[in-house]
Amino acid sequence: MADEHETNDRKGVTRRQFMTRVGVGAVAATVVGGPPAGRAEAAQVMRPGEMAKITLWINTRRHRLLVAPRWSLLYVIRERLGLTATKVGCERGECGACTVLVDDRPIYACMLLAVEAENKKITTLEGLMQGEQIGPVQDAFIQHDAFQCGYCTCGQIMAAEGLLRKNPRPADEAIPLAVSGNLCRCGAYPQIFKAVRAAADKRGDQ
Amino acid sequence: MKPPRENIYFVDGLPVPETPQPGEKPAPWRQTRVIGKARPRVDAYERVSGTAVYPSDVILPKMLYGAILRCPHPHAKVRRVDLTAATRLPGVHAAISGDSLKVNPEWEYRTFGGPTVKSLLFDPHCRHEGEVVAAVAAETPYLARDALAGIQVDYDVLPFVTDEQQALAPDAPVIHGDSNRVGPPQVYQRGDVAKGFGEADVVLTETYHTACELHTPMELHGCVAEWDGDRLTIWESTQGVFAVQSGVAKALGLPLSKVRIIGRYMGGGFGSKLVAGKYTVIAAILARQIGRPVKLVLSREETYLAVGNRPPNHMALKAGVKKDGRLTALDFTGTGSGGAYPAGGTSLLDWQVRDLYTCPNVRCETTDVYIHAGPARPFRAPGHPQGSWALEQMMDALAHAIKMDPVQLRLKNIPAFSQARDGQPPYTTTGFAACLQEGAKAFDWQQARLKPARGKADEVWLRGVGMAGASWFLGAGFGPATVVLRVFADGSVNLNMGAADIGTGTKTVMAMVVAEELGIKSDMIQIEHADTGSTQFSGPSGGSKTVPTDAPAARAAAVAVKRQLLAMAAVQLEEKAKRLTIRDGRIHSTGASDKAVGIAELKELKRQGVIVGVGQKGPRPEGKVVVPFAAQFCEVAVNRHTGELKIVRFLGANDSGRVMSRLTYDNQVYGGITMGIGFGTTEKRYLDHGQTGKLVNRNWHDYKLPTALDVPVDMTSLPIEMPDDQANIVGAKGLGEPVTIPTAAAIANAVFHATGIRVTTTPINPVQLSRLLAQHRKKE
Ligand code: FES
Ligand code: FES
Repeated sequence: MADEHETNDRKGVTRRQFMTRVGVGAVAATVVGGPPAGRAEAAQVMRPGEMAKITLWINTRRHRLLVAPRWSLLYVIRERLGLTATKVGCERGECGACTVLVDDRPIYACMLLAVEAENKKITTLEGLMQGEQIGPVQDAFIQHDAFQCGYCTCGQIMAAEGLLRKNPRPADEAIPLAVSGNLCRCGAYPQIFKAVRAAADKRGDQ
Repeated sequence: MKPPRENIYFVDGLPVPETPQPGEKPAPWRQTRVIGKARPRVDAYERVSGTAVYPSDVILPKMLYGAILRCPHPHAKVRRVDLTAATRLPGVHAAISGDSLKVNPEWEYRTFGGPTVKSLLFDPHCRHEGEVVAAVAAETPYLARDALAGIQVDYDVLPFVTDEQQALAPDAPVIHGDSNRVGPPQVYQRGDVAKGFGEADVVLTETYHTACELHTPMELHGCVAEWDGDRLTIWESTQGVFAVQSGVAKALGLPLSKVRIIGRYMGGGFGSKLVAGKYTVIAAILARQIGRPVKLVLSREETYLAVGNRPPNHMALKAGVKKDGRLTALDFTGTGSGGAYPAGGTSLLDWQVRDLYTCPNVRCETTDVYIHAGPARPFRAPGHPQGSWALEQMMDALAHAIKMDPVQLRLKNIPAFSQARDGQPPYTTTGFAACLQEGAKAFDWQQARLKPARGKADEVWLRGVGMAGASWFLGAGFGPATVVLRVFADGSVNLNMGAADIGTGTKTVMAMVVAEELGIKSDMIQIEHADTGSTQFSGPSGGSKTVPTDAPAARAAAVAVKRQLLAMAAVQLEEKAKRLTIRDGRIHSTGASDKAVGIAELKELKRQGVIVGVGQKGPRPEGKVVVPFAAQFCEVAVNRHTGELKIVRFLGANDSGRVMSRLTYDNQVYGGITMGIGFGTTEKRYLDHGQTGKLVNRNWHDYKLPTALDVPVDMTSLPIEMPDDQANIVGAKGLGEPVTIPTAAAIANAVFHATGIRVTTTPINPVQLSRLLAQHRKKE
């Protein structure tokens, strides 16, 4: 086992550094669970400059927030809550860097206003983690080197996760289609296809 | 010594610190245990878990958001900027313009071997759409944009020229000085082309056009700037923290030591993030003025206008060949534009023509012109994909004309030395022939060519195969680079280097180098990098320089600590140091005795607490030149009715010396091909030449990048592994650029094979192809 002094196993790896200094405003994250079954009541009428009081369910946590009606879900997730795995590439629904799951479907977070996301189940990449443990799609991305700069990667993983939640045994052709809304300028597409295939097969085995 | 010469990425001819000293060169690795293996990246966990903090992710307490107001006209003078309304808006903390600043810093544009043009950070003379006019900082990005809308600007709108082919017309508005020529035409000549054409059996002439391509890396250009007294810290999405440091320090008149740039992660650059942006300096000015940190990330639209591009080029090539396949003459003229400032509109455009194939008679003339458009920046292999588009299609046409296999034609013209460099130095190694031969074999080229190229009349999809070759100008790396290694008492290692990891796997490669040399696991290695405050100097990661420059420095540093470790063990084990070797964290005797000691058990190391090794970039080989080579092969299908192009499969064969890290190597190859597919088939900047001069497609909806559905699932990377021990002490040549050079031409050649149509203008999109197919049908 000449070269076995290197291990590929990244499972159980702990997060080695975390340097964002998060300086966000008042956020209550007290309740853990899911959004209530019922939908939001009738729309309120707001005056200019007024902030809306909303509840967002992100990664099974409830966040009660004051938001301006024009703030995108992306802006709130990234800049107000500091959940920066959701990236920004265009803010106009073209790149997929901001992909999150809304009720288990991949959605461009830049194309949804925060107020529209009330009482929906929102999952970001952080929500795929169990503490510091990564999920199966993430692990497959590591093993298949499915990224270069890594900036599109969180979005690609969310798109793949969305595919597998809907279709746990996707045909090969379904995979490029599922990530076709996620640009990768580094061009790691072939490895992304392989990673998603591997993640799907692994889930299928379980 | 020759005087220093400004090169495309660096200053040539300046002595830089180097290791090892003569006589100390470590032997080339033979059997490797880590190098060349397929190992996940050392920072893979951070990148897939979202814990990697990119500069645009940084959030600081009290942080404000900056935004920039840009000139909406291709050519205008700013008469007056009124910031009053903007500053009155609630939540807006500052609004600045050239007039509102005590000092409006100078801003310089330079081209390699060309003029320097001085401008200002806020230059009232706006020479392209998107020039900086004013800037604000506010509580949220939304409020910042509101503030921009509140700024009143009076412009004198001036006549413009945005079409590089119109720029030299007598009535074209002039951008700088008295002519739109950036400098006199650059002429290169060897032999006698007239004589060469006289000797040829076949002479062909063709013109070629390549559209302006935009980098659009996924992470937007941007930064976060924070002051602490007179010390400035900037988190910047960059390929080179030290380059940004010097740009910012110069603009603000600060000592380098007061400017700290941190760029540990970055979301792609491709040459567009090699230097400080105007936005970087503006963020620093706003942060200073307000006394709070400022995040300034450009919008996607702004990145289309103001942070670089691959210049549009127009080329004519005349080529002569003998029936036996020997090239007799190449005559090339090219023009192009790097935009409104000197930015290398024709940099290295003719390099492939000059140097790739053996040809005794060559003449190249290039003319760089100004237009009223955003300045170019180096874009992955500057000039090369454009020149390749011309040369490699011409080679294909010549092969067709003399009825020779295109691979054979290339094999007839493989040089052993660089014909276009002074003194015609030999290559340290050339795997060009191997790339062509082994690539053809792995692709099954001969068979693939034989299949009916043009299907029956009722077949919708026409199938074809094509190929192209390439070399990259800079294979040896360049510039200073220092790596410092520290071994702690427990045998774990801190690797300190200034180089950025732009997605190419720099950190992974360097950790593998150290693990290989020291016989330790790479998870014993902690990496500090890309931070001017705490890491060692290295030039920006561009020009495929990082592996050939920084990896030898890492090995030299490892050799330096190894020497110390072995000396300590020699004393402790009472054994000669040269009989000792390190493996799996233990130092063993290679002699008869079975003496051994773990690194962590070295008494002297425990006593000292740490040992330090310093490595620097290696010297370039004397009298030889280091050049990577590539060949690519592809299969396409063209819909004869709609002009839709499907790329069915691709193979990239590369000679970049030793394979350092197999996963990241293959990833580069696929990524380069993907980017080449974009250049060849989807990407084009449209400027509204006739009416407004404005950029028409300033987003990813209208400017198409290849998506997951535009690349073949069937891609193969074929490394032609030939460690280049003369190149440097790790045996690797650059890889990031050669992988994208031949792609577009290979596709065009496959389209010709499929349809009989030679597409000489990029991109080969359905709009163009359906038109050409219709014309072709009429002719038939
Ligand atoms: S940032 Fe949302 S799609 Fe690009
Ligand atoms: S990994 Fe860089 S954009 Fe996808």
